[in-house]
Amino acid sequence: MNTSEWLQTILFFVVLVALVKPLGGFMAKVFQGEHTFLSPVLVPCEKLLYRISGVNPEDEMGWKRYAGSMLLFNLVLFFGLFAMLMSQHLLPLNPQKVPAFTWQLALNTAVSFTTNTNWQAYVGEQAVSYFTQMVGLTVHNFVSAATGIVIAIAVIRGFVRRKTSMLGNFWVDTTRCTLYILLPISIILSLALISQGVIQNFSAYKTVPLIQATNYDKPKIDDKGNPIKDAADKAVTENIIVKEVSIPMGPVASQEAIKELGTNGGGFFNANSAHPFENPTPFSNFIEIMLILLIPGALTCTFGVMVGNSRQGWMLLGVMLFILIASFGVLQWAESSGNPLVAKLGVQSINMEGKEVRFGMAGSNLFTVATTGTSCGAVNSMHDSLTPIGGMMPLSLILLGEIIFGGVGSGLYTMLSFAIIAVFVSGLMIGRTPEYLGKKIEVREMWMSILVILTAGVTVLILSGIAMITPQATASMANPGAHGLSEVLYALASMANNNGSAFAGLNANVNFYNLFGSMAMTIGRYVPAIAVLAMAGSLAEKKYIPPSLGTLPTDKAPFALWLTLVILIVGALTFFPALALGPIVEHLQMMGAYPLPASP
Amino acid sequence: MSKHIQQPKSAFDAELMKGALIDSLKKLDPRTLWRNPVMLCVEIASVITLVTFVMSLTGTNTEPAWFTGSVTAWLWLTVIFSTFAEALAEGRGKARAASLRKSRTDITAKLVTKPELKSNFTTVGASQLRKGDLILIEAGEMIAGDGDVVTGAALVNESAVTGESAPVIRESGGDRSAVTGGTSVISSSIIVKITANPGETFLDRMISLIEGAKRRKTPNEIALEVLLIALTLVFLLVCANISPLSIYSVKATGHGTPVSLTILVALFVCLAPTTIAALLPAIGIAGMDRLFQKNVIALSGRAIEAAGDVNVLLLDKTGTITYGNREAVAFVPVGGHTEQELAEAALMASLADETPEGRSVVVLAKQKYSLTRETPKDAELVEFSADTRLSGINIEGTRYRKGASDSMVAFVKKLGSASIPDDLAGVVDRIARGGATPLVVCRDSKIMGVINLKDIVKAGIQERFLQLRSMGIKTVMITGDNPLTAAAIAAEAQVDDFLAQAKPEEKLRLIREYQDAGYMVAMTGDGTNDAPALAQADVAVAMNTGTQPAREAANIIDLDSNPTKLLDIVEVGKQILMTRGNLTTFSISNDIAKYFAIIPAALLSIYPQLGVLNVMHLASPFTAILSAVIFNAIIIPMLVPLALKGTKFRPMPAEKLLIHNLLIYGVGGIIAPFVGIKAIDMVIGMMV
Repeated sequence: MNTSEWLQTILFFVVLVALVKPLGGFMAKVFQGEHTFLSPVLVPCEKLLYRISGVNPEDEMGWKRYAGSMLLFNLVLFFGLFAMLMSQHLLPLNPQKVPAFTWQLALNTAVSFTTNTNWQAYVGEQAVSYFTQMVGLTVHNFVSAATGIVIAIAVIRGFVRRKTSMLGNFWVDTTRCTLYILLPISIILSLALISQGVIQNFSAYKTVPLIQATNYDKPKIDDKGNPIKDAADKAVTENIIVKEVSIPMGPVASQEAIKELGTNGGGFFNANSAHPFENPTPFSNFIEIMLILLIPGALTCTFGVMVGNSRQGWMLLGVMLFILIASFGVLQWAESSGNPLVAKLGVQSINMEGKEVRFGMAGSNLFTVATTGTSCGAVNSMHDSLTPIGGMMPLSLILLGEIIFGGVGSGLYTMLSFAIIAVFVSGLMIGRTPEYLGKKIEVREMWMSILVILTAGVTVLILSGIAMITPQATASMANPGAHGLSEVLYALASMANNNGSAFAGLNANVNFYNLFGSMAMTIGRYVPAIAVLAMAGSLAEKKYIPPSLGTLPTDKAPFALWLTLVILIVGALTFFPALALGPIVEHLQMMGAYPLPASP
Repeated sequence: MSKHIQQPKSAFDAELMKGALIDSLKKLDPRTLWRNPVMLCVEIASVITLVTFVMSLTGTNTEPAWFTGSVTAWLWLTVIFSTFAEALAEGRGKARAASLRKSRTDITAKLVTKPELKSNFTTVGASQLRKGDLILIEAGEMIAGDGDVVTGAALVNESAVTGESAPVIRESGGDRSAVTGGTSVISSSIIVKITANPGETFLDRMISLIEGAKRRKTPNEIALEVLLIALTLVFLLVCANISPLSIYSVKATGHGTPVSLTILVALFVCLAPTTIAALLPAIGIAGMDRLFQKNVIALSGRAIEAAGDVNVLLLDKTGTITYGNREAVAFVPVGGHTEQELAEAALMASLADETPEGRSVVVLAKQKYSLTRETPKDAELVEFSADTRLSGINIEGTRYRKGASDSMVAFVKKLGSASIPDDLAGVVDRIARGGATPLVVCRDSKIMGVINLKDIVKAGIQERFLQLRSMGIKTVMITGDNPLTAAAIAAEAQVDDFLAQAKPEEKLRLIREYQDAGYMVAMTGDGTNDAPALAQADVAVAMNTGTQPAREAANIIDLDSNPTKLLDIVEVGKQILMTRGNLTTFSISNDIAKYFAIIPAALLSIYPQLGVLNVMHLASPFTAILSAVIFNAIIIPMLVPLALKGTKFRPMPAEKLLIHNLLIYGVGGIIAPFVGIKAIDMVIGMMV
C-alpha cells in the first residue's frame, strides 16, 4: 500500500470507530423509547402512523407474536414486490418500456429483496422500471433492514429483561427504526452522494455519440445459439463498428444510501457500486463503505448500552474489527502479489483486473471485505477477478455466517449466538454451568443458537453438493474447474447467508439458481430469525445471575480471543474441504503446482 | 477418618476390567447405544465400512482389503472403546451395589399395632411393609425399612450404609430419630414407624443410583450433547458434500477418482466429536462415583453440577466452622478467690459431667493446674435439667455447681448468700463479648469464678474459606448464638457473613433472598427444622445422622456426617463440568490435524498440487487415512483415566483458569494429533 492508501484506510477505521458510540447510543435511546433530538419532529409522525394503522404502542409481544408479526409483515411485502415485478410493464414510470419478469426471476428477486439479500439475477438497467426501483426495491431496502435490526433489538431485550415473556412491539420497533434511524441517515447521505455526482432523475436513457468510434469482432451465431464455425473450425465473426452509446438514467441516489446503510447491496445498475453513477469518486466510495459498516458496528454499542455494560459491546466490535482487518490484510497482500503467470508476461505486478482505477487497490479491497463481512453484497470491483487467495477472503467472510459486522441486526444476533456457543464451552472449561450476561445457557439456548449459526452453512453444504452434480448448475460456470467450483460455492453461500453479492462468472438466471436460491435465501433468513427470537423469549424469562469471581468475564480479552477462535474454527472445519477444492487448489495451480516453488 | 464400605478398588482392577469388557460388548446393541447418538453414528459408519471391506475381498471395491479391513476394525474399536469407558465407570458402582443388596435380602419385620414395646407382633416380610406401619426391632435384629423411632432408644450399627462401625444412638423425638433399612440394632428395643414403601427406601435409592440404572442425563449434559449432535450433523454433511464436489472435480480435470465411500466414512468418524462423545457418560458416572468414595451420595447428577455453580454457602456453625463442642480455655476467679481454688471447684462441679464441655473442664484443670480427682463413692450427682439449668455434685455436704450466670445467681441466693461478687457481671460480660460462653462456678453459696467456654474454630478453616472466596463463593455462617457471639466467631473464622439466632423461617427467608438475587445456594443441615431450608436450597446436603425429613429434603447425603464435605462436593461438581469442557475443546481441536491428514490423501488423485497440504509428510494416502482413524480411536482409552479422575481443579479466577485450560486442551488438542498421527503413520510404514 502506498502512503495515501495507508492514510485512507487508517482514517476510515478511525472515523468508523468514532461513529459507533454516538450512533449506537442514539439507537439505544430510540428503541428504549427515550427522548432524542429528533423526537419533537418525529413523535407526532409516529403517533399519527399508529393511529392510522391501529397499533397500540403499549402492547408488548411475546416471542411468538413478535415472530408472527415479523413473518406476516415480510410475507405481505414479498407478495407486493412479486406482483409489482410481474406487472411492471403496466405500471407508470417506465420510460424504457421494460417487460415483466418471468415468474421464476420475480420469485427469486422478491425473495431476495424481502430477505435483505439483494441477490440480483437480473440486470438493473435492462429489466427494471423506475417505478419498481423506487416503490418496490427501495422500499424493501428500508423495511428488510428494519426487520433485521428490530429482531436484534428483541434479542437484546431478551438478555436485559428478567422474568417476563415480553420482547417489545414489532410494529413500534419497525416504525421507530425506519423513522429515526434509516430515513434521516439515508436522506443526508443521499445528498452527500449527489454532491459527488450520483444521479437522481426520471429521464429516459440517453444516447450519446462516442468521441472515438470503436469496433470489435462479434462471433456469428446460428438459429440455435451455437457459434458458427468455418472449415478450419474457427469461429466466424463479423466486425461491428460502435459509434454511439446508450447511457442509463434513473433515480439512483435515493436508493444508493440505503443500499449500503441497510446492508442490502442491490445495485441500481448491474455494475453496482463500480458504476460511475452509483459511486463516482473516492470520496463517495469512502462514504459507501462507511455506510455499509455503520449500523452493524453501532449496534454492538447499542447492545452494550442496553445490557448496561458497554464493554460487552466493545468486545464484540473488537472481534469483528480484528477479523475484518485481518481479512483485508490477506486480500491486500494477495492482490498486491498479483498473478505470477501474468507477471511472467511482464504486464503488471499487482492484480488490478476487475478493479476501478478511481478507487485503487485499497479502496476496492476495503469495499470487498466490508460488503462480504456484512451481508451487504454491493460491489465496487469484480470478485471473480480476484486472485484465488484474494477471492477466498470475501468467500470466507460470507461462509463465516455474516458476523464480521454482518447484516444490520442479523450480524449482531448471529454473533451473539456464536458468543453463546463460546460461552457454553468456556463456561464448562472453568467448571460452571455456563451463563452469558447473567443468563444461564441451557438446552433451549443451545438448540436455538446452533440453528442460528449453522442453518446457512448447512444449506450451503447441501445445495453446493446438489449443484456440482446437476448439469444445469455446472453449465452456468464461465470457468469450469476449481474456479468454477468457487463461483458456484460463492453464489450459493451468498444467497444462503443473505449477502447478495455475486462472484460473477456464473449465469445465475437459470431455474436451478433461481429456485434453489430462493429457497436458500428464505431458509437463511427466517430459520435463524425465528430461532433467535425463540431464544430471546426463553432468555427473557430467566432470572439474572449476578457475576461473581467464578463467572467468566465476557468483556475481556481472553474471551474475545476464544470467541474469535470459535468463529474461525467452526468456519474452517465446515468449509475446509470445499475451499481446498476451490480457491486453495486454484492458488496452488497458479503458483506452478506441487512442489511449491520457494516464495520470492 | 471414616472407613469405607469396602476398600475402593482401582478402576483398573483386573476383575472390574473383565466385567467392563463384557458390558462394553453388550452396550454395542443399537437399542442401548442410541442414548449416545454420536457413537451410534460411528457404529453405523463401521457397518458401512464393513460392507466396503467385504466388497474389497470380493473384488467389487478397488481399494485394498488391508485398508478397508483395518479401517473397519479401528472404527469398531472406536465404538467399543467408548462403551468400555462407560462400563468401566459403572463397574465400581455395580460392585458396591451388589454388596449393599446383600444386606437387604430376607429381612423379616415384627409388625405391631400400637407403639408400645411390649405389644404383640406378627412377623411379615420386609417387602410387605408400607408407609405408616409400626414395627418392633429388638437387640440383634435388622431394621426392615426406613423409618422414624417413635418409642424407645437404641444403639444402631449403621455400617451397612455408612461404613462406620461405631454404633450410633437412635431415639424417639429430636433430631436423631431416623433409622435406615438394612442397619441393625445392637442394644435395647425400639418401635419404628415406616416412612418409605419397599423399593423407595434409602437403600433402594442408593443401589439404583450407584448402579446408574436411574441415571438421567443432566440438563447441562443434554445441552452439550445438543452441541455434539449438531457438530456431528455438520460433519456428516461436510463429508457428504465432498463426494459431489470431487465427482465434479474429476470431470473438470479429467483425471483422478472421486473420494471413495470408505474414505468419506473414515473422515466423518475422525471429524465427529467422538472423543468427548465417547467419554461423556463416563465423566458423569465417574464423578458420582468419586463422591461416593468420599462417602457422599448425590441423589441426582444435577445436584452435583449445581454444586459446581454454588456462589453462596450456608454453613452451620457447630461442627462445620467450630468443633462441635465448646471447650474450657480459662478459669477467671471473682470475689477475691484464686485461680487454683476456682479450678478445683470447677473440677469438682464437672466430675460427673460426661458432656464434652464437662470433660474439657476436667482436662483444663489437669493440664493447667495439675488437679486430678476421682469421683468419691458417696458423691451425689446433680444432672443438668432444663428447669435449673445447672449441674454439679454434692460431696460430703458440699455443693459444687456450675451453670449459666443468671441461674447460678438464683441458686446461691436461694442458699442464702447475701453477696454476689461485684466483679462477676463484668467478667461474664467480657467473656460473652469475646464470643465465648461464661459458666459460673460456685461452692455452696460462694461464687468462685467463671469458666471461659470457648467455641474452637477448626484449624485451617480460614484457608478453606479463602479458597472458596477465590472461587467466587461467599460463605455465610448460621448459628443459634446471639449476634455478639456470632460476630466474634464469624470474625475469627473469616466467613463473609453470618446469621445469628437463626430460626427455621429465617434460614428459609435468607435462602430465598439470595436466590431472588440470582445466587445458587448450598446449605448443610441435619435437623428437622432445617428441612424447609434444605428443600429450598439449590444444593442441600443432609447429614446421614440427620432426621428423616432433613434427609428427604436434601439432594445430597453425606454418610460421614461431616459438613465440610460440601467443599469436596463443589470441587467434584466443577471437575465434572471442566472435564466435559476440556475434552470437548480437545476433541474439536483435533480435527485440524485430521483434515491435514485426510484431505490431501483423499484428493491427491484429482489435484496432485494438494500434496502440499500433507504437512506431516505421511507415507501414502491409505496410511494417512488409517493413521487418523487409529489416532481417533486410541485417544479414547488414553483419555479414560482423565475422564474417570476428572480434570484437576485448582481454585483460581475464572479468566486465568480459562487461559490455563485453553493452553492445555485447546493448543494441546491442536498439536497432539499432528504428533500422534505422524507417529502412527511411521509405525504402519514399518509394518507394511
